[in-house]
This record gives sequence, C-alpha cells and structure tokens, in this order.
Amino acid sequence: MDLELSHEQRALVDTFAQFFARECPTTRVRAAEPLGFDQGLWDALVSMEVQAMGLPERFGGGAASMLDLALVGEEFGRCLAPVPFTEHVVAANLCASTGLQRVIDGCIDGSILATVACRPAVDGVAALVPAGAIADVVVVMDGDELVALERHGERPHALSPPNLGSSPLGDVRLDIPGHDRTVLARGSDARLLLDRAADQRRILMAACLVGVGARAHELGVEYVKVRKAFGVTIGWFQTIAHRLADRCTELDGARLLVQEAAWAHDEREVNASELAAMAFLFASEKAFTAAADSMQFHGGYGYTLEYDIQLYFRRAKAWPLSVGRPGDEYLRLADLAFTENIA
Amino acid sequence: MDFRIVDPLAGHREEARAWVERNVDPSWAGMERATGTHHSPALMETLAAAGLLGAGWPVAYGGTDVAPGLARCVFEEIAGCGVHLDGWSTTQMVARTLLEVGTEEQKREFVRGALEGRVTIALGYSEPDTGSDVAAASTRAVRDGDTWTINGTKMFTSTADASTHVFLLTRTNADVPKHRGLTMFLVDVSKPGFECRPIFTLGGQRTNATFYNDMTVPDAHRVGEVDGGWGVMRVALVHERGLSGGVAGPTLADRFVAWCREAPRPGSTLDWADPRVRESLARIAMETEVARLLRARVGWVTDTGGTPALEGSMAKLFATEAAQRHSSVLLDLVGPEAVLQDEADAPLGAAIEYGFRNAVVGTIRGGSSEIMREVIAERRLGLPRARP
Repeated sequence: MDLELSHEQRALVDTFAQFFARECPTTRVRAAEPLGFDQGLWDALVSMEVQAMGLPERFGGGAASMLDLALVGEEFGRCLAPVPFTEHVVAANLCASTGLQRVIDGCIDGSILATVACRPAVDGVAALVPAGAIADVVVVMDGDELVALERHGERPHALSPPNLGSSPLGDVRLDIPGHDRTVLARGSDARLLLDRAADQRRILMAACLVGVGARAHELGVEYVKVRKAFGVTIGWFQTIAHRLADRCTELDGARLLVQEAAWAHDEREVNASELAAMAFLFASEKAFTAAADSMQFHGGYGYTLEYDIQLYFRRAKAWPLSVGRPGDEYLRLADLAFTENIA
Repeated sequence: MDFRIVDPLAGHREEARAWVERNVDPSWAGMERATGTHHSPALMETLAAAGLLGAGWPVAYGGTDVAPGLARCVFEEIAGCGVHLDGWSTTQMVARTLLEVGTEEQKREFVRGALEGRVTIALGYSEPDTGSDVAAASTRAVRDGDTWTINGTKMFTSTADASTHVFLLTRTNADVPKHRGLTMFLVDVSKPGFECRPIFTLGGQRTNATFYNDMTVPDAHRVGEVDGGWGVMRVALVHERGLSGGVAGPTLADRFVAWCREAPRPGSTLDWADPRVRESLARIAMETEVARLLRARVGWVTDTGGTPALEGSMAKLFATEAAQRHSSVLLDLVGPEAVLQDEADAPLGAAIEYGFRNAVVGTIRGGSSEIMREVIAERRLGLPRARP
C-alpha cells in the first residue's frame, strides 16, 4: 500500500483548497440558499475547467482519475460549495461513454450543466433529481431506455422544493415540448452504464461528505477550545474530548475508504462496486455523526441559524439521501460483499 | 496512491508453510485453549535451533544468517494455525530495547539467550492498583551496594508462567514526580522470593499475578539509569508497535454468512434472505475494511520511516471497538443457540461465543480505548490534557 499523494495530486488539492478559501466563505453558501446554486461560483469553476476535468482527453477533457476527482470532491464538501460538482462530473462521464457529441461539447465548453437521476422516471417524471432544478441535461432511465433530456432556456429549469439540505433538487418531466430526448442505451447496456455512473456518484458523494464531516468536526474542535464552562474550556472535559477523538478516527477511516474505492474504480478492481457502496455508507454515517456531535458541543448556539455548524448538520444528513435510502444500500452492499458465498 | 494488497513476503511463503507443516503440531492450538497459556517453550526451542529467532539480529549477540523475511513469514504462518507465541513477542521487544539501552554484558547474556531460545521475558508493568497510569508503580527496589532488594506485586504478567525473566518496572525514588523515580530490572524468576499465581480470564487466556518478596537482584541486571526507567519504557513501547499481525483468513463474518446459507436447521429461522441479517453483515464487512485500512496505514507509516504513534492509537481504538460490536451483533443474530459453548453442537463451533468473550481484552490490553482517545485528543486535535 502507498498512501502518498503524487506531486500533481497535492498541487490539485492545494489549488482547490485555496480557491474555496478565497471564493466560498459560508456567507456565500448562505446567500445561495434556498436554491443551493451559485451561478457566479459555477462560472468561476468553469474558468478553471472543473466541468471538463473528468472527461477523456480525446474530447478535450482533463482525463482526471476518480481518485483525483475524489480529492477535489473533499474540498467541495469542506466549504459546502453550492454547485453540483458530483452530479455534473458523473453525468458528463456517462455522456462521454455513449459518445453524445453535442452534450460532450457543451460539457467541455461549460455551456451545459448535466446531472443523472438516481431513480428511474415514473409516469414520465423523474422525481427529486439531484440538481434537477438547474441541470441543462438530465440523464435518466425511462422504462427500458437510458435517455438524455436536453432542456433549453435559462436556469433554473424547474422549481426546487424547499428541502433540508438546501439542494437544487427538482422534478424532471420528460414530456415537455421543446426538450430534446436522446436515447443513449437500452436494456442491459443501459443498466451497465447507469451502474457505473451510480458507483461514481457514490464515491464522489462520499468524498464530499468526508469534507463536510471533517470541516464540521474542525468547527467543533475550534469551539470547544475557546468556549468556557465551570471555569475551564469545555474541550478539557473527557466526555467531549473523547467523542471528538472517536469522530476524528472514523473520518480518517472514511477518507481512506473513499480513496481506496476511487482507486479501485480507476483500476477496475473486482471489488470496486463493493468498496464504492462501503465508502458511501460509511462516509454518510460518519459525516453526520461528526456534524451532530459538533453541533451538540456548540450548545444552544449550535441550533441558532447564525452559527455555521447548522449548515453542515443539515447537509450531512440530506445530501446522501439524494442517492438512496441507507437501508437499501446496506442490502445491496451485503449482496456485493458476500457474493462468493452465493451458491 | 496504491491500495493493492500485496504479500511482501510472497517469496518466502512456500518455504515458511513447509517449515510450519513439519514443525508445528496443529493440536497445540487446542492445548492452548485448555491451559490458557498462549506460549509454547518447545516451539521456541525448535525456532531457535533453526536460527529463526536470530534472523536479522546482530551476529555478535546471537544473530543468524536466516533471512528476516522468512522468519517473519514463519511467525505469520504459526499465528495462522491459531498457535500463539506471546512469550516471544514480549521477549523480542525487551531484547530490542536492550540493544538500544542495555550494557554490553546484558546484550551478551539476555539478547543471545533470547535468540537461542533459553531466555523468555514477560512484562511486569501493571500492578493491582495501577493499569493505564503505569508510571504510578509502587513495587519498591532498594539499593544495597551491588544488589537491589525488590518488594511488590505485579498484575497481568502474562506468560510469566512460561518465562525465565520478568522485565520489571520499579519505584526507586518516591520523593520526585512519579515519572522520574522509576527504574527497570530484569528479574530471574527462578530466584528465591518470586511467586506466580494464575489468573484466568473471560477469553480463556491465563495471565498471572506475580509477587516479589525480598528478591535480590544484581545491579548488573538493572536496565538503563537509576530513576531513568520511564525513558526505557518509552523505548520498549515503540518496539511493541512493530509487532506483525497474522495471515488474513476468512473472517468470522464470512464463515457466518456461509453458515447462514446452509440448509435450514431445525428450530432456526435464521437465513440470508432476512434483511436484518444482510444489513448487519454488510455493516460488519464495511467496518472490518475500515479497520484493515487504519491498520495498513500504521504499516505504511512505519515502512516510510515514520513513527505511527497517532495512527497506531487510531487503528487500535477503531479495530478493537469494532470487534466487540461485531461479535455482539453476531450473537444477537444467532439467537438462543448463540450461547452454546460445546464446539460439537454450537453454531460455527462456538467461534462466535468465544470471539465475544475474547474481544473484551482488545480494548484494554496494550493501552485502553480511553488512553487511545486521550492520545488522539491531545496530539491530533490539540485539546488540553484532561488529567492531572
């Protein structure tokens, strides 16, 4: 095992960490609520070619590995960047593997923002699609067909219902006149494409959540070092210090698991899907526990809207739910993890 | 980054397996369970005779020209048979400490003796009233010219019953802060005044209480400076972390899943189709992988020249706590039959029931979870020290 980041990977992480420290303070996150999308921030990221970094070189993309994207994803999560990074990266990759040139060109030049619906459309409507309110291209299973729906006109394309994570969720109707519907694949081909996209979504969501959890944890550690009670800073109390130590250990474990899952995906290891499922579940749970503990240690201030911890607390719970119900994900993981036992 | 699991000892694996097959009797594992002593003096002699104990050690003190990789591989394979050599892990740790801080005479006597299989050393740190607060030791050593007289009691002196010496932490000065009045000795357990009483534990392992009544120890067997024992302990603790694990076999969860999928047993409704079973097992698999990664990180830090004090604490904390949760969950899943202890009738040969009892040791031995959390809170998070 080698845990050393390459020189390029360290530079990549530094670039995004500095960019977000400068451009995305929590005031900006708050200003983007309730929609959860900041067009100006997205434009700035497009000027850094984020929208194309995961696409293959032959299309003019940055050919970033899943591991590179996961490293960047953690930085997005840390600052709660109100832009659909994971959704777009995964959708663009999917479109690239089907050779849908018009959409690929738009993803490369930044004119198209894309997303994938995690659940199939029912009666012509894909419900609560992540970034569904703002995406120009929505990839979705419609019956036996995997289709790309191109929406024209100004963003947002649909209303986003108020939601816990302040995410630009939106229902996507497939029957609106004027939207282009292109079939990307059918049947088992479609399912294979979608499965791979779903793995990528799990990995990148997990990476973002590690960032969410790590920053939420830092906020807690910073707070308990200055807040006093009974004449001492509250970080002195073991009930607080020890819980923070547990959360820190879990988040380190989550980060390792996410990086392993991303690496396995890049290398097309046989257990890549299993690791993606584990990374998603573990990061979801541990990011939320870290945020919840951190919030608790903020005392009453934690649930006032002025303090930032509530921003993290809400997203740590809400974001992973856009991928699916944890119980279902666990059952899926069980089948993947213990396949060798299936007679 | 690279997460490929490679066996760094692959080149030695075949030879090591053959050696173990010739020299290790698998029935020893059963004997260990019967006696509770996780050590075999006979096996130590065989290992020493083959030069395996001395692999990689300085020739001047009994080192051999056997490849260290082969020796490591043999130890892994022995562990894989369920046979323990706890006495060797403590002995080699003390021997490494002696190489750093011992006198020339001590290196010739004890390091050579250890590598030749004649010397086995148990650790005498904890006392009835001191566990995590090890520096509060009160076993007294009083100097009288060239000898010391030692009086006191040690707890959890594991494998002392199969050892020739105890590496003993004593108080030599009560008038200074506790860390500055400690001295280490190598105590010969065959001398008058030593007594060893067995203490049996929940996981079946035997440990001991050891008593030191007016024991006379030559000053030549003092390790390190007088009142410099804490520094010696710190050297020894670093070597404790270097111990290698065993070979990864099928986990208890893997075996449990296979067992669940067998033909339905009379009176049992437990099966893989039950979503509660699958969800629990998925969680166990996930946490087991996280524990593996945290442990692998410790190895990586060591291999790249670092000292994994923090990473080691994190790995130990997570892995041992997870092991306790997992054995408890597996018992719950099995239900009423889970409590059976007779290998012949119990589910999975009572491995789950045994694992449950055995897992309680992990969160205490080698530093309790509370101490691990303290290390992480202080060193990683920069939180104030919470104890006096």
